[in-house]
Amino acid sequence: MSRSYDRALTVFSPDGHLFQVEYALEAVKRGTCAVGVRGSSCVVLGVEKKSTLQLQDPRTVRKVAMLDDHVCVAFAGLTADGRILIDKARVECQSHRLTVEDPVSIEYITKHIAGIQQKYTQSGGVRPFGISTLVVGFDPHDTIPRLYQTEPSGIYSAWKACAIGRASKTVREFLEKNYTEELARDDAIKLTVKSLLEVVQTGAKNIEISVMEKYGVITNLEQSEIEKIVATIESEKEADAERKRQRLAAIQAGQASMAMGSRALSGNQTPTAGASADTGAGGEGHASAPGEESGIQ
Amino acid sequence: MECSFGITGKDYVLLCSDMAAGRSIVRMKSDENKIKTLGPHLAMAYGGEPGDTNNFAEFVERNMRLYHIRNHYPLLPEAASAWVRRTLAESIRSKHPYAVNLLLAGYDTTTCKPHLYWIDYLGTKAVVPYAAHGMGVYVSLSTMDKWWFNDMNKREGVEVLKKCLDEVKKRLTVHFNFNCILIDKDGIHKINMDSEDPISEFEASQPKDIQVEVPNPPIDVGVTA
Repeated sequence: MSRSYDRALTVFSPDGHLFQVEYALEAVKRGTCAVGVRGSSCVVLGVEKKSTLQLQDPRTVRKVAMLDDHVCVAFAGLTADGRILIDKARVECQSHRLTVEDPVSIEYITKHIAGIQQKYTQSGGVRPFGISTLVVGFDPHDTIPRLYQTEPSGIYSAWKACAIGRASKTVREFLEKNYTEELARDDAIKLTVKSLLEVVQTGAKNIEISVMEKYGVITNLEQSEIEKIVATIESEKEADAERKRQRLAAIQAGQASMAMGSRALSGNQTPTAGASADTGAGGEGHASAPGEESGIQ
Repeated sequence: MECSFGITGKDYVLLCSDMAAGRSIVRMKSDENKIKTLGPHLAMAYGGEPGDTNNFAEFVERNMRLYHIRNHYPLLPEAASAWVRRTLAESIRSKHPYAVNLLLAGYDTTTCKPHLYWIDYLGTKAVVPYAAHGMGVYVSLSTMDKWWFNDMNKREGVEVLKKCLDEVKKRLTVHFNFNCILIDKDGIHKINMDSEDPISEFEASQPKDIQVEVPNPPIDVGVTA
């Protein structure tokens, strides 16, 4: 009896928590970040790629995998666990085709993956999967892009845009602020890259993007394409910062001139040589071009 | 009452099967496709106990696909034949064995060589340059013995196949419809054996008209240089 009690790793704590599941979520938070964004007719998966060691073959490190012609999955957390879960899902995809002669729907396979994850929170002698997954794709005979997320607890949910893994909270907040409905392909890719840049310091070389455009059509963006997108994002950011700086300068100039104007006014009442010189400078500042910029604000 | 042929050529392999479905002397259907596409360059013609045949063919098809998705490469013909043979060998020793005979044809894209395997329900596998299953064995093997030679081009291969089909028409009391495919470096194509000149028709047609639909090979998502 006591043996079976010991073997159960997932037992409730007195206040109703499953610690092992929560630790699994912690493992997910330590995993590299993955982002999924749903556009009007496409769905984009972006992942943060760990830099491989100098002598390592980077092709053997995978974070995005195809489950079937039309289903793609990215995960965050323990890579070894991910491999096992992906394999189980792949078998299910083919098994589903064999039994009902139809490809799986995205919700079906998500539910299956989440079901496996749940099983590992309620069985003896096992530990939960230390991964969250993003499942994307198109249902057969359908044009609506789908994006689902699963968690170690076995929860699954549908999203418009979602992030898992390291700093996923920051990225999700970014997505919440910047997501718009009906994104075109390029905009969806850009938003994905932009959101990943929130956490990936090294830029394009550690980002990997896969785009699914319709049933069974998926492309992996080339490194050069990602670099181009990162470059445009950076130049846009710079232009934005520049505008902000100018605006700030204009405001400061405006404030300075106003302050000086009032000082000049008081100076006029008790005229001195120094005060009259100040008035000249203040007047010039006010008349200069940035005055228009302050109007923009 | 069935009949299928396989013929290898220089850089291709032909697979031809009758389209009859029925029980004993009754034919229920004469347009049943009994050639299954297993991958971009792999297909099999199967016959035997109805029910077993479809079930086994679909089982093989799904396992080939699973291998492809798992490994990003399809199983080569040689390995696929070993897997199919072993599956049948295990099946015959089980409680409910499959009664399926098949011809497995494929094109090895790594060595640019055609492959043909004769496999039966006992788990026998033979690597052969040309082969037949069913009734065709009795009337057409001699035809192939006489006319087949090494490194045939497509026209010569189709001519040999035509001779076999003519022999079937002449010697067997049953009438068959046939469907035929050709596997080469570009994939799997339909060949219309009822045509006067199947190869000219094949060469003149648009690739998409004769291309046999194959599931999308998974692209290498996740692989980055």
